[in-house]
Amino acid sequence: MKLFKTLAVSAAVALASTSGAATAGTLEDVKARGELNCIVTTGVAGFAAPNDAGRWEGFDVDFCRATAAAVLGDANKVKFVPTTGKTRFTALNAGEGDILYRNTTITMSRDADLKLTFLGVNYYDGQGFMVPKALGVTSAKQLDGASVCIQTGTTTELNLADYFRANNMSYEPVTIETNEEGQVNYLAGRCDVYTTDASGLASTRGSFDNPNAHIILPEIISKEPLGPAVRQGDDAWADTTRWVLNVLIEAEELGITSGNVKQHASKAGNNPSINRIAGTEGSYGEMIGLDKQWAVRAISAVGNYGEIFERNIGVNTPLGLARGLNAQWTDGGILYAAPAR
Amino acid sequence: MSSAIEEGKTYEPGTYPDLPPPASTVGIIGWVRENLLSSTANIVLTILAAYLIWVVVPPSLNWLFFNAVFEGASRDECRAVMNEAGVKGACWAFIGHRFELFVYGFYPEAERWRVNVSFFLMLAALVPILYDKTPQRGRMMIGSAIAPFVIGWLLIGGLGLEPVPTDKFGGIMLTLVIGVTGIVGSLPLGIALALGRASHLPALRMVCVVFIEFIRGVPLITLLFVASTMLNYFLPPGTTFDLLLRVLIMVTLFASAYLAEVVRGGLQAIPKGQQEAADSMGLKYWQSMRLIILPQALKISIPGIVNTFIGLYKDSTLVIIIGMFDPIGVGRASLADTKWQGLSTEVYVFVAIFFFISCIAMARYSLYLEKKLHTGH
Amino acid sequence: MEATSKPTVARQPLWYRVVYDKETRSVAIQVLTLALLFAFFFYIVRNAVINLETIGKGYSFKFLWEASNYDINQHLIDYDSRSPHWRATIVGIMNTLLVAITGVIVATIVGFVMGVLRLSHNWLINKVVYVYIEYVRNVPVLLHILMVHGVIVNTLPRPKNAISLEDTFFLTNRGFYTPKPLFEPAMWAVFIAFVIGIGFTIWFRHYAKKVQDATGKIYPVFWISLGAIIVVPILVYFVVGSPMTFEMAELTGFNFKGGMVLRPEYLALTLALALYTAAFIAEIVRAGIQAISHGQTEAAYALGIKPSRTMSLVIIPQALRVIIPPLSSQYLNLTKNSSLAIAIGYMDIVATIGGISLNQTGREMECMTIVLALYLAFSLMISAFMNWYNKKMKLVER
Repeated sequence: MKLFKTLAVSAAVALASTSGAATAGTLEDVKARGELNCIVTTGVAGFAAPNDAGRWEGFDVDFCRATAAAVLGDANKVKFVPTTGKTRFTALNAGEGDILYRNTTITMSRDADLKLTFLGVNYYDGQGFMVPKALGVTSAKQLDGASVCIQTGTTTELNLADYFRANNMSYEPVTIETNEEGQVNYLAGRCDVYTTDASGLASTRGSFDNPNAHIILPEIISKEPLGPAVRQGDDAWADTTRWVLNVLIEAEELGITSGNVKQHASKAGNNPSINRIAGTEGSYGEMIGLDKQWAVRAISAVGNYGEIFERNIGVNTPLGLARGLNAQWTDGGILYAAPAR
Repeated sequence: MSSAIEEGKTYEPGTYPDLPPPASTVGIIGWVRENLLSSTANIVLTILAAYLIWVVVPPSLNWLFFNAVFEGASRDECRAVMNEAGVKGACWAFIGHRFELFVYGFYPEAERWRVNVSFFLMLAALVPILYDKTPQRGRMMIGSAIAPFVIGWLLIGGLGLEPVPTDKFGGIMLTLVIGVTGIVGSLPLGIALALGRASHLPALRMVCVVFIEFIRGVPLITLLFVASTMLNYFLPPGTTFDLLLRVLIMVTLFASAYLAEVVRGGLQAIPKGQQEAADSMGLKYWQSMRLIILPQALKISIPGIVNTFIGLYKDSTLVIIIGMFDPIGVGRASLADTKWQGLSTEVYVFVAIFFFISCIAMARYSLYLEKKLHTGH
Repeated sequence: MEATSKPTVARQPLWYRVVYDKETRSVAIQVLTLALLFAFFFYIVRNAVINLETIGKGYSFKFLWEASNYDINQHLIDYDSRSPHWRATIVGIMNTLLVAITGVIVATIVGFVMGVLRLSHNWLINKVVYVYIEYVRNVPVLLHILMVHGVIVNTLPRPKNAISLEDTFFLTNRGFYTPKPLFEPAMWAVFIAFVIGIGFTIWFRHYAKKVQDATGKIYPVFWISLGAIIVVPILVYFVVGSPMTFEMAELTGFNFKGGMVLRPEYLALTLALALYTAAFIAEIVRAGIQAISHGQTEAAYALGIKPSRTMSLVIIPQALRVIIPPLSSQYLNLTKNSSLAIAIGYMDIVATIGGISLNQTGREMECMTIVLALYLAFSLMISAFMNWYNKKMKLVER
């Protein structure tokens, strides 16, 4: 009997000892892998969805590509990890993705309790309501007793509960899993109201046969700063990715576009701010573990913030979103990126 | 009825020619009377059935084929065509446009030949397994045993082929990968579990019972949630493994528990005398199992085994709930495209037809096998 | 031989005994299995502890007592967004049970009817049922759920144009509305009469059987039972002065208010699961009845037993014995498949504690543990009940 005990114990020890090797930082992992794993949605028009050819496109997708371009030098070296509202944080915490770009609202509990590190805001949003015009409703305060379609796994269901409670109104929540299903239910009249972030409402409304038959109510019931996140505890990686986001926003402010960034990079100009981004002054890339051309690659791959916005969700796209809060602070918005210096 | 009766003629007893049956009991009329109108209840049932067919079949056919639009670049174009004709029908143009996505998922376009080759390899490997008159069956079987590994290499890549990450797998191809891996993996595991449950060693038996009952007691979708949300916590710190691999493991474990119960049923149906005879021949445990017990038990269990396989194959659709792109998932992701929004019915019907055809093929083969192996006692 | 060889083996070294002695070997195999198993569990639990520690999460069920912050549309007990997570769990459990129980009932009835129709001599109905069964069995249940839900939501009218029956029952794509009974205190008398009626019936059946065994006299058990369970409570109801009123559903504002409602998600899930399972039950029933040889019927007729009694005393008890084991596994499947509720937004266990709660609190381990434990408990309970029933039926066998 002794032999077996010894055998079993040694087997257990052998198994246990294979683990526990310390991991290198995410930045090194990504470089070694030659590919960035980016967590996105399973499909929200304009933000992240596969096109006819199966290539991922959208607002969030472009930020992933910019990050890949900055870190790896190739905007196509991204592996997109599609997740549902439910699986996104686990996917990040479990290491399936290096960064999460999935219209995710920054909240205190997610930051502290779910152990995420948010990098900043790439879209300022707020929860709104859409109703058919025929209902004659003009304010969210008139929605007492309505059936409301909400997407599960988001902050919207919590905001909704709070809002109706605070205003002493009753409602019937119709909880659905995806945006597409929400539209089907709403159009079929399963619910009177569709609620989600205002950007999502605009995108949904834009895709209807007759968008003018639906109105978005004036009330915005919550603040929804949407932003990317990484795992807590890897500050170096958080810095790298945070500054990719910041530099894309600042590039717009400074007028650096995908068209002229190469030109700026080829020769130092008079504006030191532009020079720092274009890599002709200082060594800012090295500070975040990259080379001097990091920002140039990111911008030339997908353009600055404004270009990304207009290409995917701007007024000339089916979503038709105005810049609104998401305009630069110099244009009346609240987009105010920390300077790269 | 050549031997007609001649009028007025008398016949010797025993030579009277057979009379033709009355017209009302033969031919179409007789068949109708016998099978559709034999009693009041029968007539009511016939009317009910005819009514059901009338309500369901023509509108379905109209929607599916006659009023359907097969070409167009967006839903609006489909609508326009149908509005012109004033009818409602399916917009198959959508499926046509996204067909490659439905079949290959996000598999890189340049590498799709590998999927096609794998598919034909799978068919070729199935031939000697399914068809027992294959020439050189023994040697072909070796090929069939190697085929899964070749297919795995082809799909994943490496060793000279461009590697394709598994998150690019999708559509029908993903269904087949999950289905086939599950089937190939769960059969040996299921048999092992069944033998373990029937074993005389109490500890071994207990472990198998607990495992089987646990797996059978929870829904597959919760196991998939475990695979997608919890499993990584159980791995050594700093390691992850592929989501598809985790799903495949879960699906295989799930199917193996059900298979184990089917095989156990087969084992229990073998008369005790068989085991005793084997023992008295001096056969060791594995010999008696391999040569005497299992061949008989498996033969009895074939319908149950095939049913488990069909169930597993159908259950592969559940992976959309954890965000993988099986055909329904591909369809839904495609519906997020503003050009095609609102066509969920087409997606569901298309996927339903696909599953119907492949499942019925499996079920039919099982029936054929059952008949062929039915040696009777 | 055995007696003499044993001591010799015992003196051999351990490795020799493991290889050549059957008993030692079996002990060895078992010890090794258990040791490996424990090592495995030790290993994964250790990993989980390390991993959770690294990201700073613990393993604690305290969150269950915090406010859930979300609403659930169908709750059989009081619940609102201030209620704690454990209450949301209970709501989920009750919703799962509701679908499972009603689904099983509908599936059994439809399944038996279709199974019998499959044996009908009517060619047309036989084929219609056959095609239906083949279609249902060969398409994934998830698709059925999605399709039935789509049909209900898209084809039924909106509340404004509700299909109404005498302004009492309303059918809309927001659900099926019925009047809700409101009980006054005197209703207790009716319930008591009902319970007494059931008790009486049980006793009377026993008594009637005894009399029949002893004297051959047959009481009209069915009618007397019916009277005791249904007619007497109804009489009591009127005697104590109709202590029940109905609350009607009424269209006010966006929706019908008041009354009882079966929501479309519930209807779709129950219908889809019931019809799917019914197709399997139909095949089981057909096989069960076919397994009873025709001679049984003929023998019963020859003994002069009436056709209805032949069915209830000879054919069905025998067929049930064949039918029950596979039937119970179909019931289990239906219960487990109800977890697909999440696809259409019906708030069952997987959608409440395993869905929204998990997601809002980020406690994957704890929530999934609860969900798995609950389903295991359901399955074990159904298995236990069916085993008990199966045993009871087996006693009929001689």
